[in-house]
Amino acid sequence: MVPVSYYLLLAAALFALAVTGIFLNRKNVIILLMCIELMLLAVNFNFIAFSRMLDDVVGQVFVFFILTVAAAEAAIGLAILVVLFRSRRSINVDDLDTMKG
Amino acid sequence: MIGHVLFFALAAVLLSAAVGVITSRNPVYSAMFLVLAFFVSAGLWLLLEAEFLAIVLVLVYVGAVMVLFLFVVMMLDINLARLREGFSRYAPLGAVVSLVIVALLANVFWFRAQDTPLMMTPELRSAEVSNTRELGSVLYTEHVYAFELAAVILLVAIVAAITLTMRRRPGLKVQDVARQVAVRREDRVRLVKMDADKE
Repeated sequence: MVPVSYYLLLAAALFALAVTGIFLNRKNVIILLMCIELMLLAVNFNFIAFSRMLDDVVGQVFVFFILTVAAAEAAIGLAILVVLFRSRRSINVDDLDTMKG
Repeated sequence: MIGHVLFFALAAVLLSAAVGVITSRNPVYSAMFLVLAFFVSAGLWLLLEAEFLAIVLVLVYVGAVMVLFLFVVMMLDINLARLREGFSRYAPLGAVVSLVIVALLANVFWFRAQDTPLMMTPELRSAEVSNTRELGSVLYTEHVYAFELAAVILLVAIVAAITLTMRRRPGLKVQDVARQVAVRREDRVRLVKMDADKE
């Protein structure tokens, strides 16, 4: 086994890479969704590492729920993406300016 | 020792897969790199002795969510060149932000953690301990309401995804069984009386 700290550092690096991905691919909604999945994965790493460190299984229960919500989010996000593509023929974030926000 | 080797090998693959996700030119490659990242994470979770969650990650994420991603990526006919415009414009800003995040978290998790339980190596548990049994024994007792709520969230997600993407196309030829059954002879057959002709 390696110290818990290693896992936390790995999760931090993963989270930072996902943030960079959001900056790099800010026009492509699909890759934005993938970066959100990566961020959730990094968060789950922290939960599991701490659950292991404190020897408390509740942290893993929380990861279970995060996985559930993330799967629901991905399904709805992709459904919205498909509807968007049908009406706009594009998934570029720059084209989504109907509300002039 | 073998734990260290496995950890560093898997961590290296995980970080390279994450770099692949965010820099690939084609979203299909990004999705494949994300699949790799999930697989490797499942391996790392096995190292942390979270066996049930590792299996769930492979089954649910690789088996369901990423297949959905790939399906959508391949179904949409997207203009990649336009989406890549200004790819590197905000790259320095992104690099700075991520370096700040890593520096702050490394400060907490490494430099200030030297004499804390964070640097402790958890002991390996015996082979008889069942992670699934442990998880189930709290999931269905203490957290049973949260568990039911999770089920409701999944149901809502199913209904939302289906209602969002369902559409009726005009001019589509479909069978209407009720109308077919209810049809009567008079609607279809017309008897015509005409005189016999003689040449």
